[in-house]
Amino acid sequence: MANEPTMVNGRGWGDQDHVPGIKSELLELNMGPQHPATHGVLRLLLHTDGEIVYKVTPVLGYLHRCAEKIAEGVNYKQWVVYTDRFDYLAPMCCNHAYVTAVEKLMGQAVPERAEHIRVATSELSRIASHLIALATFGLDMGAWTPLLYCFREREEILNLLERISGGRMLYNYMIPGGVRYDVPNDNWVADVLDFVDLMEHNKLPEYNTLLSYNKIFIERTADVGIIDAKTALDYGCTGPVLRGSGVDFDCRRDDPYSVYHKFDWQVQIGHGEKGTVGDCWDRYIVRAREIEQSCRIIRQALQTLPDGPYQALALKAIVKVPAGAAYTRVESSKGELGHYIISDGGQTAFRNKVRSPSFCNLQVVEKVGVGQMVSDLVALVGSLDIVLGEIDR
Amino acid sequence: MQLLYDFFTGQAGMDLAGAHIAVASLMAVLMFTVMALCAIIFTWMERKVAGFMQSRYGPMYTGRWHGWAQAVADMLKILGKEDIIPGEADKGMFQFAPILVLLGSLLAWAAIPWAPDFVAADFDLGLFYIFAVSSLVVIGILMAGWSSNNKWALYGAARGAAQMVSYEIPLALAAIPVVMRTGSLNPQDIIIAQQGGIWNWNINPIMNPFLFIAFFMYFIASIAETNRGPFDMPETESELVAGYHTEYTGMRFAFFFLSEYANLFLVSMIATMLFLGGWWAPFPGMAWIPPALNFIIKGVLLVFLNMWVRWTLPRVRVDQLMFLCWKVMIPLSLLCVVGAGLWMMAWGQLK
Repeated sequence: MANEPTMVNGRGWGDQDHVPGIKSELLELNMGPQHPATHGVLRLLLHTDGEIVYKVTPVLGYLHRCAEKIAEGVNYKQWVVYTDRFDYLAPMCCNHAYVTAVEKLMGQAVPERAEHIRVATSELSRIASHLIALATFGLDMGAWTPLLYCFREREEILNLLERISGGRMLYNYMIPGGVRYDVPNDNWVADVLDFVDLMEHNKLPEYNTLLSYNKIFIERTADVGIIDAKTALDYGCTGPVLRGSGVDFDCRRDDPYSVYHKFDWQVQIGHGEKGTVGDCWDRYIVRAREIEQSCRIIRQALQTLPDGPYQALALKAIVKVPAGAAYTRVESSKGELGHYIISDGGQTAFRNKVRSPSFCNLQVVEKVGVGQMVSDLVALVGSLDIVLGEIDR
Repeated sequence: MQLLYDFFTGQAGMDLAGAHIAVASLMAVLMFTVMALCAIIFTWMERKVAGFMQSRYGPMYTGRWHGWAQAVADMLKILGKEDIIPGEADKGMFQFAPILVLLGSLLAWAAIPWAPDFVAADFDLGLFYIFAVSSLVVIGILMAGWSSNNKWALYGAARGAAQMVSYEIPLALAAIPVVMRTGSLNPQDIIIAQQGGIWNWNINPIMNPFLFIAFFMYFIASIAETNRGPFDMPETESELVAGYHTEYTGMRFAFFFLSEYANLFLVSMIATMLFLGGWWAPFPGMAWIPPALNFIIKGVLLVFLNMWVRWTLPRVRVDQLMFLCWKVMIPLSLLCVVGAGLWMMAWGQLK
């Protein structure tokens, strides 16, 4: 972070003399680590002049748990449980990202049934995560009620995932070579399909009428926190943040993994319907529309669920991985989640580097947050949908 | 009221000055009790309303029946809390601010006409007095924010002061057409002028459409004046932590809380008085309903409307709030005053 003076509207440091002869200076304001708008233990160091923000400095590290270092001490199957704790709002996607990396390194094939289950659970997790994103973004805008509605539907997803994996929030469900348990035979598939229908046809329109197309909400979010396509690409933004800026890129389609290529769905991008392309409303609505697309994917994945094994049978309790390196990326709910694993042939990874989407998405605050009002900064941070567990790892 | 005076001068054997003092003290105690009671009831009501709007129940356990005792339990809990004053705070101001905020709303309660013969302070400048003393709240909020020595509190206070000072103008301007129709600032006269059922109330758009518009101006301005969503700038939970009362705990915090709900009911009662016929029953055949009950029911309905708005809408930004006030509501309410005047002249309604 450069210590250069930041200029806003032609004014910078030590330049804030509203009244001639009276020296005024910028107010240093700590937003966080305990603050309702920072979605976790993020600390934003603001320099403000009244309501206008002159400089934003994100300060990270309050949730650092050395997960990557731990990967060097525990074996490959044991480390799945740590990936749950990265993006704790969409743990299935994190599981998925890690196991694909291990499988690539091993050259392990995955049964078709397992792939279908992985896609379905990942997408359920994505819906759960996007619901939180919509809910907390609404809350940042002062709308309380959508929060409770979104949590009501998320509860349904948690129940469904509990039935298949045994855990409500942290699943530890996918393992290299398949998934840990088969689909339960208590009508789980039918229940998921019911839920998906309810979500797509009933609940999403409800959120749209209550929040998305609310006049005040649009006033608050349209033309606010605009991230143009170049900035988004320069800062390495991915996921809904990148697509909200109008860049048509999605790992699920453009770098296909698992069985996503088999399904019919569309990548959603921001069009600047209510303001400029890349404003907070675009990022919000991209998430809302992705929920719809996820519903489509889940429906197809479960309706065509093939029979067969759900695990590659050859795997033992401790997986042996040949020496080498592999990088895979998946589209998690926050963006492109990559795992780079270097193996020296032992039971544990030599090095495991995680490329987390929230970390890259957050950096853009430093650039886009400048010159905004404090309330707009809250909107910007909310629309990025960061998860601190993933940023600090 | 006359009965009370008769009691003190007659049976109690006091002179007129003594009776005045006795009635005034009695009224002060009564109003404070009613206000505290209202705050407790509305806290519970807000939770239930919010709960049902958010597809949950709200408090259900304390006191068995729908958690009716929850607010009482909370009050008891808050009484037992430690009173923390931040080390760097301006102690005198910090301690005085909640009292001033409460005082602002309590004083205004004195001029509320509950029933034909029941108003704590019945005087000709009643409406003017209500608007004047309720401005004290701004000073209290500004003091609280400044003396807390907390940047978030200062932000909340600065926003709150700007907002409340601005919205007093449309609030008062919206009341002017009513005063023009009545020809009096006395709350009782304003209500008496609306005698004869719902079509004689000031809100009736056929009688005077500008008064109808003025009601909505008043309602919007009153939401801003009570610092509630979507105009809860001084608190803005998700931006400013808790705004001007970030540093307050225990009973001092309860004072702010109390004053919020007291203010909420106050503005609803004023709206009832100005536009909804005060203590008159909606239809002539319903005269058997006690006037005070009429008045309270209308007030509570407006409070419910207020809660409904709060739990439905997102919050506006501080500059949009100012835009709404200075560029939309003030010109519109000025237009209302002029329009209402012309309308009354045209139909010979002017007093």
